[in-house]
Amino acid sequence: MPTNILMPALSPTMEKGNLARWFKKEGDKIKSGDVIAEIETDKATMEYEAVDEGTLAKIVVPEGTQDVAVNAVIAVMAAEGEDVKAASVAQKPAATISAPRPAASPPPSAPQAGGGKESVAPATVKPSPLGGEGGAAKAAPGGGAIARPESSNRIFSSPLARRLAKEAGVDLSRVSGSGPHGRVIARDIEDAKSGKGLRGPTGAPASAATPGAAPQPSMSDKQILGLYEEGSYESVLHDGMRRTIAQRLTAAVQSMPTFYLTIDCDIGKLSAAREEINASAPKDKDGKPAYKLSVNDFVIKAMALALQRIPEANVSWTEAAMLKHKHSDIGVAVALPFGLITPIVRNAETKSLSTISNEMKDLAARAKGKKLKPNEYQGGSSSVSNLGMYGIKDFTAVINPPQSSILAVGTGEERAVVRNGVIVPATTMSVTLSCDHRAIDGALGAELITAFKRLIENPVMMVV
Amino acid sequence: MADTSFDVLIIGSGPGGYVTAIRAAQLGFKTAIVERDYLGGICLNWGCIPTKALLRSAEIYHYMQHAKDYGLKADNVSYDAAEIVKRSRGVSKRLNDGVGFLMKKNKVSVIWGEASIYAPGKVTVKASKSDAPKGALGAGSYQAKHIIIATGARPRVLPGLEPDKKLVWTYFEAMVPPAIPKSLLVVGSGAIGIEFASFFRNFGSDVTVVEVLRQILPVEDQEIQAFARKSFEKQGIKILTNAKVTKLDKQADSVTATIEQDGKSQKITAERVISAVGVVGNIENLGLEKLGVETERGCVVVDGFNKTNVSGIYAIGDVSGPPMLAHKAEHEGVVCIEAIKGLHPHAMNKLMIPGCTYCTPQIASVGLTEQACKDKKLDIRVGKFPFVGNGKAIALGEDQGLVKVIFDKKTGQLLGAHMVGAEVTELIQGYVVAMNLETTEEELMHTIFPHPTLSEMMKEAVLDAYGRVLNM
Repeated sequence: MPTNILMPALSPTMEKGNLARWFKKEGDKIKSGDVIAEIETDKATMEYEAVDEGTLAKIVVPEGTQDVAVNAVIAVMAAEGEDVKAASVAQKPAATISAPRPAASPPPSAPQAGGGKESVAPATVKPSPLGGEGGAAKAAPGGGAIARPESSNRIFSSPLARRLAKEAGVDLSRVSGSGPHGRVIARDIEDAKSGKGLRGPTGAPASAATPGAAPQPSMSDKQILGLYEEGSYESVLHDGMRRTIAQRLTAAVQSMPTFYLTIDCDIGKLSAAREEINASAPKDKDGKPAYKLSVNDFVIKAMALALQRIPEANVSWTEAAMLKHKHSDIGVAVALPFGLITPIVRNAETKSLSTISNEMKDLAARAKGKKLKPNEYQGGSSSVSNLGMYGIKDFTAVINPPQSSILAVGTGEERAVVRNGVIVPATTMSVTLSCDHRAIDGALGAELITAFKRLIENPVMMVV
Repeated sequence: MADTSFDVLIIGSGPGGYVTAIRAAQLGFKTAIVERDYLGGICLNWGCIPTKALLRSAEIYHYMQHAKDYGLKADNVSYDAAEIVKRSRGVSKRLNDGVGFLMKKNKVSVIWGEASIYAPGKVTVKASKSDAPKGALGAGSYQAKHIIIATGARPRVLPGLEPDKKLVWTYFEAMVPPAIPKSLLVVGSGAIGIEFASFFRNFGSDVTVVEVLRQILPVEDQEIQAFARKSFEKQGIKILTNAKVTKLDKQADSVTATIEQDGKSQKITAERVISAVGVVGNIENLGLEKLGVETERGCVVVDGFNKTNVSGIYAIGDVSGPPMLAHKAEHEGVVCIEAIKGLHPHAMNKLMIPGCTYCTPQIASVGLTEQACKDKKLDIRVGKFPFVGNGKAIALGEDQGLVKVIFDKKTGQLLGAHMVGAEVTELIQGYVVAMNLETTEEELMHTIFPHPTLSEMMKEAVLDAYGRVLNM
C-alpha cells in the first residue's frame, strides 16, 4: 500500500515549517535511513530521514514551500513491488496542501486545528539533527511512535502544573510545554504567570469574521517589561474575561471599517415621563415599587424600536451574506470590577419598559456574579453603552462583533440651546452611533440614529 | 597511527565519566575517555559497589546470627574476613571489566594516563603508574572540541587526622581490612562513616562514631536521623555528636583519640581509626589554573549545563560540587552532553536527587527535609507511617522503620520523602518518579500499591498527610 510521507514535527511545539529541499526525485528508490528532504523552522534546519523502503512516487509539496503545516502530506511513497504510477494517483492525499501559497490558513487536515499543542510525529519518516551521525534520532524521545486520534485536543500536562494553572487562572492550552514531548510542567506555569511562553489564544471564542491571522501585538511582553523598572509595578495575571475583551475588541477594531455619527437628543419629555411613570408604580406590601425605570431603559427600548423602523440597519455582516435580523436583541454594556460584559435583552422591541427594566436589573446582577449563561451575552443586533452616570458628554464605543453597531450614550444635562432664535435651557443627551461600514452605510446609519432620536425625544411614540 | 582527535574527550571514567562517554557515542560524537587508575572510578572500585558487597556479607551474617528468630538453626556461625574482602573485590573486578566492554561496544577510545589541559581543546596525557588495559591508547597529545572534566573526588584530610594506611584509614583501607578490628573509631557520620560503622559493628567491632555537628547523617531529616541513631545505639554503636577529635596518639597497634564534647575532654582508644570527614574534588594537575577555569572550595564552578567559565571545558560529578553522588554525576553528564548536542535538556534539579545510606537500618531520602521546609517558610503537610503498621515488614521480621512525606499544603506538590528501615533504598525511587512527574497527593492516593509489600507504607504516609491513614 502506498504510504503518505507527512511533514514532520521537529519539536513538540512546531506547527509548521518550510520544505527547503528535496534530495530525492519522483521515481527514486529510497532506503531506510536515506535523507530525503531538508526541513527548516525558524529555529533549526533538519534532515529528514526515511524510515521505510520504497520508491518516491509523488512529491506533493515542492521544495521551497513555506509554512507547511505539521502532518500535511508532502510526498507519497510506493512500497516495493507496487506500481509507482498507480500509487501516485491512487494515494491522492486527503490533505493536499495547496502548494506555495503565502502563509495561508492552515490546511483543513491539520489535526490540531482546535488548538491541541502536541504534534503527532509522522509514521513513516523521522527527522535527524543535521550532521548528526544518526544515533540521536534513534534514541531521541518520541521518534515517530506516538499515535493519537486526530481529533484529540488533550493537553499533556503534569498534575502539579494543572493544579498551579487552575490556581493562577492560567489557560493551559496557551502554555508552551517544556517537558518531555511538549508536556506542560510546573515551571511552565511559573513562566506563564509572568507572560513568558504564552501563546495566542487557541480555541477561544470565535473571533468574528477575521479570516486573517490572529492580531499580532506590536511589542512583545519582554519589550514592554524592559521599559519599566522592575518592582515599580505589580503584574496582575489576565483572567479569561480580560483576554476575551482584548481579543474580541482588537479583532473588531482591526476588521471593521467603522464610522461614527453623533447627535444631540432633547430628553426633557423623557425625564418628565420617567418621573411620572416611576411615581405611579404600584408598590408591594414592603413599599417597594414594582419597577423603577432608568433613562437607560428608555434608551434600550428606543434603540430596539429604531432598528425595527430601519430594518436595513438591523444586520450582521458575514463573508457570504448579510444577516437581516428580525428582532431587536440589544446588548447592554455592564461594568464589572475587572472587566465588562454585554448581556442581551432579547426581542426588546416587543417588551414593555418595565419588563426591560426588571430584566436588565436581573441580568446586571447575575453578570456581576459571573452567573450569565453564554446565550445571555452572545449574538445580538446592536448594543448600548452608557457612561452618562460618569458625566461623560459624548464618546465612541467599540462595536461588539458580530453586531454591526453600538450606541454610546452620554450624560443628560441642561445645555443652552437655540430654539427659534432664542437661547433656552434644554435637558440634552449626546449619543454617538458606531457603525460597521461593511454592513451599514453612512446614510443608513444616519437614518437609524435619527429614528432613535425621534423616539427618545418623544417617548410617547414608544408606546405605539 | 592512532587517532588523536576527538569531538568529546572525558577525563575520568567513574560513573559520571563513563556514562557520559556512552551517551556521547550514542549522540554520534567521536568520543575518548582518559583514565589513570581503574575504569569505573572510585564508585565501582573503591566506593559504592564494593561497600555494598561488604554490607551484604554483614547482613547475611546478621541473619544467620538471628536464624532462631525465623525458626532456623545455624550453629557455630562465624566469618572469614579475607573471604568477605575477596568477594567484594571480585564484584568490583566484574564491573570494572564491564566498563571496559561498554567502552568497546560504544566505540569509545580509552586513553590510559593522567590528563592535563594545556589549551582549550588540547590535552596532554602522561603515562600513569597503573597498567593500561588492552587496546587503550597511551601517553601523548590529544585534541577535542569538548573536554569534560569528570575526575571525581578523594577523601578530605583534616590536620592531625592524616591517614597513614595502617592505623588511620580512609575508605580505601577500610574496604580491604586484613582483619576485623576489635575496636574502631569512625570520625565523621556521613554516609561513608555510618556504612563502615554499621559494617564493622555487625562483625563485632566496638565502634564509636564522632560527629562534629549536632546530628549524625547531617543531610538527612532530623526525625529520620534520630530514629536511625536510636537503632545504631541499640546495636551497640557509641555515638558522640557535637564532638571533635583534637588529638591522635598512635601506639604500635592502637590509637588514642582525645575528643572534645560540650567543653569536656575524653580519651578513647581504638585499634583503628577511619577518617570519613568528607571528600574534596580532584581539581589539581589538570591545568585549570593556567586556563583560568574558575574553582571554588575544591570544586570546579559550573552552570546548570555544567559549562565552566572557559568555552569548551565542562565539569561533571563530584568535581563540579555537591551532592557528591554517583547518580548525580551520571545525570549531570547526560544533561551536559545533550546540551552540547543542542538537544535542549532541562538543567538538573538538585532537589530531586535521592540519597541512600546502606547501613542497618537503611536510610533513603529525596527533596527537602522538614527543617528545610520550615527554613524556607513553606506551608506544609507532613505524613508518616511506621513499619510496625505494615504486614510485609512484620512478616520479614523488619518492623522497625519510618516513612515520612512532606507536601506543599497549597499545591499538593511532593516536597520531600524520607525513610529509614529495611529496603528503603529500593523504595525511594517511587517517590523520585512521583516528584519528577510532578504528581500531587491525589495521584499518589489513586495509585494502587501491591499488597503485601513494604511500598504500601509509601501510600499510607501520603494518606496520613491528609488525615486518611488506614492501618494505624
